[in-house]
Amino acid sequence: MYLRLGWRNIWRNPRRTTVILIAIIIGVWSMIFLGALMRGMTDQMIRNGIATLTGHIQIHQRDYRNDPAVENSIEDPAPIEAALDERLPTGAHWSARIRVTATAANARYAGGVTLVGVDPQMEARVSFIGKAIKEGRYLREDDPFGIVVGRALAEKFETGLGKKLVLMTQDTEKNIASRAFRIVGIYRAEMEATEKQFVFVTLPAAREMLKLEKGISEISILLPGHEMVAATLASLRDAPPLSGCDVESWRNLLPLMRAYLEIYDSFIFLWYLVVFIAMAFGIVNTTLMAIFERIREFGLFKSLGMKPWWIIKEVMAESFFLLLLGILIGNILSFLSVFLLMNHGIDLTRFAAGSEFFGISRVIYPSVYGRDVLLANLVVFILGLVVSLYPALKAARFKPVEALAHV
Amino acid sequence: MNIVECVNVTKTYRQGKMEVRALGGVSLRIKKGGFVALAGPSGSGKTTLLNIIGGLDAADSGSVIVEGNVLDNMSQTELAQLRLRKIGFVFQSYNLIPVLSALENVEFVMLLQGVPTKERLDRARTILDDVGLEGLYDRRPAELSGGQQQRVAVARAIVSDPAIVLADEPTANLDSKTGRELLEMMGEMNEQKSVTFIFSTHDKMVMDHARRLVLIRDGLLADDQDRDP
Ligand SMILES: Nc1ncnc2c1ncn2[C@@H]1O[C@H](COP(=O)(O)OP(=O)(O)O)[C@@H](O)[C@H]1O
Ligand SMILES: [Mg+2]
Repeated sequence: MYLRLGWRNIWRNPRRTTVILIAIIIGVWSMIFLGALMRGMTDQMIRNGIATLTGHIQIHQRDYRNDPAVENSIEDPAPIEAALDERLPTGAHWSARIRVTATAANARYAGGVTLVGVDPQMEARVSFIGKAIKEGRYLREDDPFGIVVGRALAEKFETGLGKKLVLMTQDTEKNIASRAFRIVGIYRAEMEATEKQFVFVTLPAAREMLKLEKGISEISILLPGHEMVAATLASLRDAPPLSGCDVESWRNLLPLMRAYLEIYDSFIFLWYLVVFIAMAFGIVNTTLMAIFERIREFGLFKSLGMKPWWIIKEVMAESFFLLLLGILIGNILSFLSVFLLMNHGIDLTRFAAGSEFFGISRVIYPSVYGRDVLLANLVVFILGLVVSLYPALKAARFKPVEALAHV
Repeated sequence: MNIVECVNVTKTYRQGKMEVRALGGVSLRIKKGGFVALAGPSGSGKTTLLNIIGGLDAADSGSVIVEGNVLDNMSQTELAQLRLRKIGFVFQSYNLIPVLSALENVEFVMLLQGVPTKERLDRARTILDDVGLEGLYDRRPAELSGGQQQRVAVARAIVSDPAIVLADEPTANLDSKTGRELLEMMGEMNEQKSVTFIFSTHDKMVMDHARRLVLIRDGLLADDQDRDP
């Protein structure tokens, strides 16, 4: 009967109920949908970060982090690679790279780049480059003078497929090494900065240029899932061939990213709080209005012998329905919005220049986390009931005679 | 046996510096099964006395006993419990919960009392038939005439066999014909079900229906006579 009373009472003033419902719906929608967009943004940041040559785990020679120079290469990667094959979970892939800073130059232009020497097959399974070629072709095993560059770099250098690009860097003997490559492929990346930074050649070509025998700069490992990072990390750190190496997870390799993630987390929490406070005012206000319009009725309730607690239940039943309806519709709208954006995302190309700094992609896809949705719903529902205790207590405290005398 | 006993009840309202003496020491005994009119001009203290007997308001001094229960020092919760079980109210107007149908309004008190659903429904229908509202079970208060609404209120007040029904000017908002019919119906219920009715009025016609007429003036009893309607 409380529920019946509550349900009918909220429809006594359909306009007011509609207004407060809309407020709850917008609140819930903004919590869930905008929350999902922000999650999508950070998820993609992580994915980009990992795909842009970081991987889940990286292995370096111990001194490399302080001084990422050729001298600090892993001189003989063979035992390490054997240990990897033995210890990595199935579905994991790894790629050994040479990575040095270099100067790229053609007839028109010169600029700093990162030269990355890779095994084309293995690298394709670990980082973005395997699927990123937009013009020409990817590197081949036997490709001593082939180079793959980013679209932005090609534009900056006013060059294109088949054109020559000279790279210069310091070799292991501290001499200037230079080698002329021919552009065989042009790739696109999520971020322009990536396209300008990395140029790819084969491992043998890089070794020849740097006068390295077997050495490599790093090994990057991609695991089937984020959740395997900790266990794999522990297992690799135990492996004897890796005793002279740094083995680190992406969280350590991308400290800025980690900081942003933490900021985003507190931002989402703050966002929930702000939305909820606005909503709470609406709920309290509406319920108070509804109660003061019906003071006489509460006097009647009291004359019938209703105890204060029963009156509280009656008022709470109204809030219960408002919240339930608002949450229900809010969730449906949120999932509809997410569904609509699932395929195409939100295109931020226009703002790309500004957002790039944060590692945000050009297109954002919402990503729904069960935990976030549950949290948003619980916040609205439970705190919503809690704040409507205030008007309910007010109603329960009306003095019967005064309430009955009220017109 | 006295079902209501008031001993020297006083009540003074204070509004800022203004003091209004509403009751100046009222003593009154009412027997079980009575059909008593509390008559007097407007402002004489009728509503105040009824509210105090019903435990909606507290007396400043004196004592009120309803069916053996001394109200004087009861807590709000105990008073609510007493109203729920022993006392039915009928007010001048706005007696019904607007979002509930006639039947649901009558059921509502029984629900609060914890009467099982089936019995609740049967008793509510029966009592609505008794007060002459058969077929109007599902009407909302807004779809009933003033007289019909008061009948629902009487039905609700008597459905759970209370010790007393307190009716504060129940006919004041009705035309005289409807008012007379309501009073006749209340009289029938009083005889058939031996419910005790105490109603206030300043209407001569209503006083004529009473079997006991208590006159109240300026917060004091002025006259008390048994009569044969
Ligand atoms: N809440 C109140 N505050 C102040 N004075 C009141 C209040 N209620 C009633 N009174 C005064 O008490 C007296 C008795 O009122 P009431 O019991 O309502 O009389 P009746 O019902 O016979 O018209 C009147 O003078 C009235 O003005
Ligand atoms: Mg009165």
